[in-house]
Amino acid sequence: MNGKHSLRNNILLGLGFALMVAALYMVFIYVPTDKYTGIVQRIFYFHVPVAWVSFLAFFITFVFSILYLWKREVKWDAIACTSAEIGVVFTTLVLITGPIWAKPVWGVWWTWDARLTTSLVLWLIYVAYLLVRNFATEPARGARFSAVIGIVGFIDVPIVFLTVNLWRTQHPTAIIFEGGLTTPMLITLLVCIAAFTVLYVLLTIQGANLKSMETDVNRLRNTQAE
Amino acid sequence: MENLGYLFAAYTIIWAVVFGYVLFMHRKQKKLQQQIDLLRESVDEWKTMDDK
Repeated sequence: MNGKHSLRNNILLGLGFALMVAALYMVFIYVPTDKYTGIVQRIFYFHVPVAWVSFLAFFITFVFSILYLWKREVKWDAIACTSAEIGVVFTTLVLITGPIWAKPVWGVWWTWDARLTTSLVLWLIYVAYLLVRNFATEPARGARFSAVIGIVGFIDVPIVFLTVNLWRTQHPTAIIFEGGLTTPMLITLLVCIAAFTVLYVLLTIQGANLKSMETDVNRLRNTQAE
Repeated sequence: MENLGYLFAAYTIIWAVVFGYVLFMHRKQKKLQQQIDLLRESVDEWKTMDDK
């Protein structure tokens, strides 16, 4: 890694740390407690940014999968794959934190509601994306197949987002766009979204570098074996 | 302070998973560095053999 990249990463790391500290301060000290659902509503400030990062991650996978299939350059596949991996990690968090909020508010951990079900389907699609890569006999073939899943699977992202408007669901609607939040709540949410976005960028840069390194090591080992 | 346990659980899980993933990446990097060092050693050995 050259000096320019190292400086960029250090700036991002500093920014991410500062934003995360600010986010935690705002979630636990600054923002007032919701009068309807009580203290458990504070889960929302991390649940929504985590969901946002998963959507962003799958969008990046979608874009870089198209680029990979078009140009066949390994660096695009490295970004697509890393982003899908991060997307799966964050969707897992969405699927865990959602039920933790739902239990005290709805009285049940899980219900086969449209938003929850499509989110689970989204998670399964991208788990399949990662499995296809790992089980492929040839890395280039695995990259091609997974790129197709990364493109087709993205169809589920707008479906997940629109479920609350298309069907009658138990899940709260996208109140951020409907003015359902007070100013302190909105500011807190935006700071949390910024913090998680920086975290996503950092993880993607690091992960894509590792994937490229892995590809180089495998190529060198194959050359050595020959 | 009703339901504090749920709030605590949610934030603990988020941080545990994020740290777990960072740790996973760190281990992967360490493993790749070891493989690179081994390959470098092999290359050096070949060079020595070629020189002889």
